[in-house]
Amino acid sequence: MTQSEKYTHVSYREHQGKYKGIMAWLTTTDHKRIGLMYLFGIAVFFCVAAVLGLLMRIEKIAPGETIMDAATYNGIFTLHGVIMIFIVVIPGIAAVFGNFCLPIMIGAKDVMFPKLNLLSWYIYVIGAILGVLSQFMGDGPPDTGWTFYVPYSAEANSNVVIALTAAFVLGFSSILTGLNFIVTIHRMRAPGMTFFKMPLFPWSLYATAWIQVLATPIVGITLLMVIAERTLHIGFFDPALGGDPLLYQHLFWIYSHPAVYVMILPAMGVVSEIFPTFSQKPVFGYTAIAISSLAIAVVGYFVWGHHMYTSGISYYSRWFFSFLTFIVAVPSAIKVFNWISTMYGGSIELRTPLLYAISFIFLFLIGGFTGLTLGALATNVHVHDTTFVVAHFHYIIFGGMGFAFFAAMHYWFPKMYGRMYNEKVANLAWGFLFVGFNVLYFPLFIIGLQGMPRRYFDYLPKFQTGHVISTIGAFILITGLIIMIANLIRGVRKGAYASANPWKGVTLEWQIESPPTLLNFDKVPEIKHPPYLFKKETEA
Amino acid sequence: MSDHEEHVIDRESGTMGMWLFLFTELFLFGGLFLVYAVFRYMHPAEFHEAGLELDTFVGTLNTVVLLISSMTVAMSITAVQKKNNALALGLLAITTILALVFMVNKYFEWTHKFHLVIYPGSPVLENMERGELLFYGLYFIMTGLHALHVIIGLIVLFFAGYGIMKGTVTSERTLLLENAGLYWHLVDLIWIFLFPLMYLIT
Ligand SMILES: [Cu+2]
Repeated sequence: MTQSEKYTHVSYREHQGKYKGIMAWLTTTDHKRIGLMYLFGIAVFFCVAAVLGLLMRIEKIAPGETIMDAATYNGIFTLHGVIMIFIVVIPGIAAVFGNFCLPIMIGAKDVMFPKLNLLSWYIYVIGAILGVLSQFMGDGPPDTGWTFYVPYSAEANSNVVIALTAAFVLGFSSILTGLNFIVTIHRMRAPGMTFFKMPLFPWSLYATAWIQVLATPIVGITLLMVIAERTLHIGFFDPALGGDPLLYQHLFWIYSHPAVYVMILPAMGVVSEIFPTFSQKPVFGYTAIAISSLAIAVVGYFVWGHHMYTSGISYYSRWFFSFLTFIVAVPSAIKVFNWISTMYGGSIELRTPLLYAISFIFLFLIGGFTGLTLGALATNVHVHDTTFVVAHFHYIIFGGMGFAFFAAMHYWFPKMYGRMYNEKVANLAWGFLFVGFNVLYFPLFIIGLQGMPRRYFDYLPKFQTGHVISTIGAFILITGLIIMIANLIRGVRKGAYASANPWKGVTLEWQIESPPTLLNFDKVPEIKHPPYLFKKETEA
Repeated sequence: MSDHEEHVIDRESGTMGMWLFLFTELFLFGGLFLVYAVFRYMHPAEFHEAGLELDTFVGTLNTVVLLISSMTVAMSITAVQKKNNALALGLLAITTILALVFMVNKYFEWTHKFHLVIYPGSPVLENMERGELLFYGLYFIMTGLHALHVIIGLIVLFFAGYGIMKGTVTSERTLLLENAGLYWHLVDLIWIFLFPLMYLIT
């Protein structure tokens, strides 16, 4: 690390607008500040939900009641799911790094609708507060799981309506962000930047945004229907009111499977940026990666039935959904090959972001292959509703999206704050996280195969070994999280000043000051080359 | 930010954003139409029976009213483009009145149903066939959600009219009015689908 001087320009963080202090942030329409505000919100809620996860793990260290009763356990896994899915992972990378980087990476000064962007953040906060309130108000925490399956969610006496409303409100925020990004990408690219000269992170955000806009309304109306069912007694899904519970599952998964791609596509975009930078080599198969994002978005719409193999849907529809589930794995695999080929023959520098990106591939592969196990009809029936599913899901969402989020955090950190974290400590934290993650979730595959059901607070003694190992992993993981977060916070306050381009990146965000000025660019850049042209290539 | 250089949303971007938003609205109602399709497939005869209860005359009247109101909105946009603000405001006023006529009709239609003890959770409804129960559930939620959209549309139109008066909507800057008009057409369009599915299936 070369020690740089403190920057002299007025960055977006110091810029003095109409208001001062906290108000300057709460009234900002600057995409970079809004990105950071999402980061704070997401970080806080992530920590809360991670602690809930730890509590669940502690409960399961021994069979029977350990630290909480069954009802509390149900409430906690529901809250853990609702917070993690709707408040942390779905907005996740797109809201934080999408907001911060997208305009800069396409050479724009802001998103197209800055005020709408701020509004999305407020809607997000309202939704998040509602989600937390649902735990403490009225008739006790909702205990339906984050999937809100009817008929239980239509009849349970717990606080389901507020939790549903929270999910609905958060969905609205997600829609508005997606809408903003689509228009921004279509209308605000710098002169000369055609779609195929756009870096891959914006490409992945583009595919994500379409899913956000086109799939979220479906879950919105579905949640509204359950609310109407509970409050107005209009029958849709509850058999007692004449409805059809299977219909709920269809409508829910029509959104919630594509939602998995809302989570993972931006993650893929992040590592598609990191691999070329730390290999100092153009990304391999640029077009294939860009197009495969769109392919995932399109095919991902038609695979929802793989969540319902055991629900009694017809043989042919199961066959169809299983087939398409295998198809949707292809574009993901294409990306993995491209990332590895990008590293091949490059001058690799194993820095913290690359460590996270490589572990992303490793964990994502395990998650992806076990996804095929679940997508295949015969094996699915065996492992349905076991901890095998829990492990698969966490390998994709935490191992995939989560590790990519950490990768992005360490990659763009010097750009966001103009300072550097301690890289040795960051690597140490990575070690704890990676080891802890695998120790925590891998045993769940094994006991899942042996028949350990998910969402149970009690279990047969034969599963105890797996649960104990898993709980130990949870503590290692939490240790890693604490080290990582402390290191980053210390970096923000006391870290060495970073240069504008510490990683020798070539995309536009590395060509401007760290941290960027309010308007990002002094003059609008003109794009003449495809992205990822490193020095070697420009000379050749 | 106060000294942000004036961020201008050009017409094409504004329209694009609006169309994307309209897509989400269509998908929102699309979910309900999907549920309608499934339930009707399961209970064709009972949907037929329940549909008989609805007043086709009021439905038709409301359809005509909304169609005309869509036309007056479109005309008011043209009027603004031709710099005839007075005419544009007049046409928006007519649109508002037509929307209110629609809502009043709706009000009487619903109170009539309530009078017959047909409302969600009512004892009469609960003793009906399963298909009829589902039909009325959909009827109330779909027309109710649509009525909510009529009200939102009215508010948006009000802001557009206010913009004309204040001079923020001019022949060069029609974006707000055009988007309000687009929204109003959506409200109209959804009704065009609701009307035959609810009133004319008998
Ligand atoms: Cu799925």
